[in-house]
Amino acid sequence: MRFLLKTSYEQDLRLFRDAVQRNWYIALGLALLVLPALVPTYLVDISLVFIYGLCGVSLMVLAGYTGLVSLGHAAFLGIGAYAHVYFVQDLGLPWVISVALAAAVTAGAGVLVGLPALRMTGVYLSIATLAFALIIQEVLTRWERVTHGLKGRPVDKPVIFGVSLAHDAAFYFLCLAALIGGLWLTANLLRAPTGRAWVAIRDSEIAAQSMGVNRARYKTLAFAYSAALMGVAGALFAHKVGFLAPDIFSVLLSIQFLLMVVVGGLGSLHGALFGAAFVALLPVLISEARDRVPAWAGQVVALAGKDAGAAAFLGVDRFVKQPGLEPGLFGLILVLFILFEPLGVYGRWRKVQLYFSTFPLYKRATFRRQKTYMRSERLR
Amino acid sequence: MTLLEAEQLSMNFGGIRALDGVSFEVNSGEVFTIIGPNGAGKTTIFNLISRIYEPTRGRLAFCGRDLLRVPAHDIAALGIARTFQNIELFEHASVLQNLLLGRHAHARGRFVEELLFLPRARAREVAHREAVERVIDFLDLQAHRDSLVVNLPYGVRKVVEMGRALCTEPRLLLLDEPSSGLSVEETEDMAFWIQDIRTVLGITVLMVEHDMSLVSAVSDRVLALDYGRVLTVGTTREVQAHPDVVKAYLGA
Repeated sequence: MRFLLKTSYEQDLRLFRDAVQRNWYIALGLALLVLPALVPTYLVDISLVFIYGLCGVSLMVLAGYTGLVSLGHAAFLGIGAYAHVYFVQDLGLPWVISVALAAAVTAGAGVLVGLPALRMTGVYLSIATLAFALIIQEVLTRWERVTHGLKGRPVDKPVIFGVSLAHDAAFYFLCLAALIGGLWLTANLLRAPTGRAWVAIRDSEIAAQSMGVNRARYKTLAFAYSAALMGVAGALFAHKVGFLAPDIFSVLLSIQFLLMVVVGGLGSLHGALFGAAFVALLPVLISEARDRVPAWAGQVVALAGKDAGAAAFLGVDRFVKQPGLEPGLFGLILVLFILFEPLGVYGRWRKVQLYFSTFPLYKRATFRRQKTYMRSERLR
Repeated sequence: MTLLEAEQLSMNFGGIRALDGVSFEVNSGEVFTIIGPNGAGKTTIFNLISRIYEPTRGRLAFCGRDLLRVPAHDIAALGIARTFQNIELFEHASVLQNLLLGRHAHARGRFVEELLFLPRARAREVAHREAVERVIDFLDLQAHRDSLVVNLPYGVRKVVEMGRALCTEPRLLLLDEPSSGLSVEETEDMAFWIQDIRTVLGITVLMVEHDMSLVSAVSDRVLALDYGRVLTVGTTREVQAHPDVVKAYLGA
């Protein structure tokens, strides 16, 4: 096991724990830089991972750090996307200003949702955000002058400072830059008083308040900040899908965002990214599997007999081509994670890390959680 | 000098009268203890002082300032910090983060400075950390600095919670049953700490406590409460010998 010698308080404020961790991140950055050359066909899918990563960070701030579970985050994505397209294509504003304005508009919407949320906790808050998402979807459908309603509206490729980013690789780097920026800002907030106030509200509102945390201010701030990130993600998302229609921003998308932070691991930025990769790449994996798995199954079973092989091919083929396989798989995975790994992918990763760094002295009890029944929730 | 003044405090929960015209004064620099049987209204007094409850009637003043006009989240900045009977720590955060949150009353930062983590935000963080480290040294918490609270034993959590309250640099410290759930040895340590908090840090202590050995070891004055009414105020010995107190604890 490695021990870190700390010689100054500044050391605990660094974004990376030590040189080893920093070098790993540099290596990851380099890998992402050369990735477009290696897998040109999947660039659009990977861009979506980055956009979803931003969404994951956004929801992680709200659900993972502040403890406010939102079931309506797709609505913020929608507001950001439509606002950006309106500013760029109808008002002709420069791209960067348009994204900033879209973020501001979404942050405003976040404050609007956050204000009534001050009096609601837990599942009631989730229901309220769900209702908000349904209302927004209706607004996007009916406000035809701006959104073009159900006809939908096409989105141009981004043009920044006169440079067109029509190429997939250019868009890939744009999304990567946005994600890194969002991560940096969020990590800054999390190591400052604001982030601690959020965590305090999550773990014990009553103690947070007694220590001087203005609950109203920090809950509203969490909603506004989370929504603003969602607004930026929405702007990129609009370019990614290329065609906006209200039914994209459905409740199912909101649930996918929630799935992202739960599967990734609540309470860590790593978790948001793991979850984003999972949610964005699972459909790609499924569609690949649709093409290949029946043939593989057929070949394997054909070893036993030709007819059986053909039958197996047809059976598996029929199964994987069934509609609704994707939501079903998402649901199954969510259930399995909640049952077996409530700490998510990142939690599992930490366990594996600890297992090797303390080998052979790993104690399973380290991650066991005791339940306490003595909290002051009754004071609310 | 009077630090905290309660006058005719009453608190009703529906038909239940938790406090009925309670008046007392806490002087600067003393350890003032409230005792009483279960349900006497001791914690209700604490919750009134930290503004979690709104009193039905009565007046509360801190340093001559009307407490009932101060919102709950500004109580810490005024110089009143508290602990909770059943420990209200931020369980999924490290001890260090818990203590740093104790600095929140002094952390009125600018959002943009924090967002970009400008040098000023960084300098403030280091200053908070130094203040927190003084408390860590004072309470011998060095070994637990980076542990998550969920992984700590109960006795240590109790000390961490007191440390978090000390990090706000209070003038008045409210301790709600500091010895509950502690072993005899830990209770003795707690007594030493309370004495040090008073004499070394110069903080006035108002505490609710059942353990009479701790009460008699540290208290200057004791207030006995029963059914929301003050039975008597005096030194530990006087209060223990008072016929009404004996009656409240042992029956007629």
